[in-house]
Amino acid sequence: MAAEGKTIDALSQFELSPVLGIFGNAVSFSQSNLFMVIAVAIAYFLMKVTADRGELVPGRLQALGEASYGFIAGMVRDQVGDEGKKYFPFVFSIFMFVLLGNLLGMLPYAFTFTSHIMVTLTLAIVVFVVVTGVALAIHGMHFFTYFFPEGAPKWLAPIIIPVEIISYFSRVVSLSVRLFANMVAGHVMLKVFATFVVLLGGLGAVGPFVAAMPLAVNVVLVGFEFLVAFLQAYVFAILTSIYLHDAVHLH
Amino acid sequence: MRRVTLLAALAATLPTIAMAASSSAVPVEGMPQLAFGHPEQGRLLIGQVVWLLLIFAALYFLMAKIALPRVGAVIENRHARIAADLEAAQAAKAEADGAMAAHRAATEAARGEARAAVASAVQAAQADSDAKAAALNARLNAQIAEAEARIEAARASAMGAIRGVATDTAEALVAKLVGRADRAAIDTAVGAALTAQGRA
Repeated sequence: MAAEGKTIDALSQFELSPVLGIFGNAVSFSQSNLFMVIAVAIAYFLMKVTADRGELVPGRLQALGEASYGFIAGMVRDQVGDEGKKYFPFVFSIFMFVLLGNLLGMLPYAFTFTSHIMVTLTLAIVVFVVVTGVALAIHGMHFFTYFFPEGAPKWLAPIIIPVEIISYFSRVVSLSVRLFANMVAGHVMLKVFATFVVLLGGLGAVGPFVAAMPLAVNVVLVGFEFLVAFLQAYVFAILTSIYLHDAVHLH
Repeated sequence: MRRVTLLAALAATLPTIAMAASSSAVPVEGMPQLAFGHPEQGRLLIGQVVWLLLIFAALYFLMAKIALPRVGAVIENRHARIAADLEAAQAAKAEADGAMAAHRAATEAARGEARAAVASAVQAAQADSDAKAAALNARLNAQIAEAEARIEAARASAMGAIRGVATDTAEALVAKLVGRADRAAIDTAVGAALTAQGRA
């Protein structure tokens, strides 16, 4: 599948296919969605175990759940302030969803749903809609002064306002494309070097020795991809928090 | 053991899912993520978004309404417990400090009492010994005075005896030499001689 006809096929790993038989096919439920369900199940399982144990001195799993809780709670408190407490579950859901999507993608044969621009774009639009909704709910019509900073000269308004509006909407693009591009690039690289291992490994007696090089590269890449998986989830969550800060405080 | 079985089952399921991915009848041109025109992929891409919204809503509901409040309660519990323990420790420390101060004060008081007792005992002993010494001195002085008086009397009586002896001796000497002696004249002469010598 990887090296049909001596060509490198790095993109077929992103193809969708229906799962759960005829029912999945009928409702267009792909393996991507299945991994989303697995991610939700893992997130729920982790937090449920954390709460069920509820020991004073946490064990490993409980410590993991509490650490992720504390990590995002601290992030929201630092970025948004105490008013941000009610948005914590939202940021936490976003973080866990993206993080588990990225990490599940590191398993062999697994599907990385965060490598689909439609998924990241939808998540970004959800964030955008929530943030804008929060801003409108708190500030009402006053929210629109966000696009014209106080104290700026009036005659600059025709320039500043379009720029501010464009930058506001470009949040959706930057948020979604950053995650999508990182995940696609990482998985394409992994696939390309994995294909090299197979292609070079077939070159007779020296093959296995030459193939060790792309294999070593892949070992490094896997470590790097774990870093990226955490980093991108962190970036997605902290940008969401920063946007929420803007929504709550308007600058 | 159960965990291992679970992981093994998961590991066995994943390739099955992945194998299903390559079953597209029509080859996909370019990036599958953007293959909206593909008969199969286009449909699945839209379905993916719809399912994503449903699944994410479920995740948000599970987290916001069920899981996170409980985890928050666990963490809050621990914070409360730690704060209470710290408070108890603070109270115990204050109590210990108070007991220490009381102990120190008691020690100080006892030490002062002991010092006073020692001082008064020393004073009493001093007074006692002074009184005893004074009594002894008085007795000794009295004895000395009495002895001196006795010596004086003995001396005076001895002096009186010297005159009688001297007169008798002189009378005997004169009688031997002259044949007779005038007792009155001799007595006068002896008295004069004793007076001249300062022994009368």
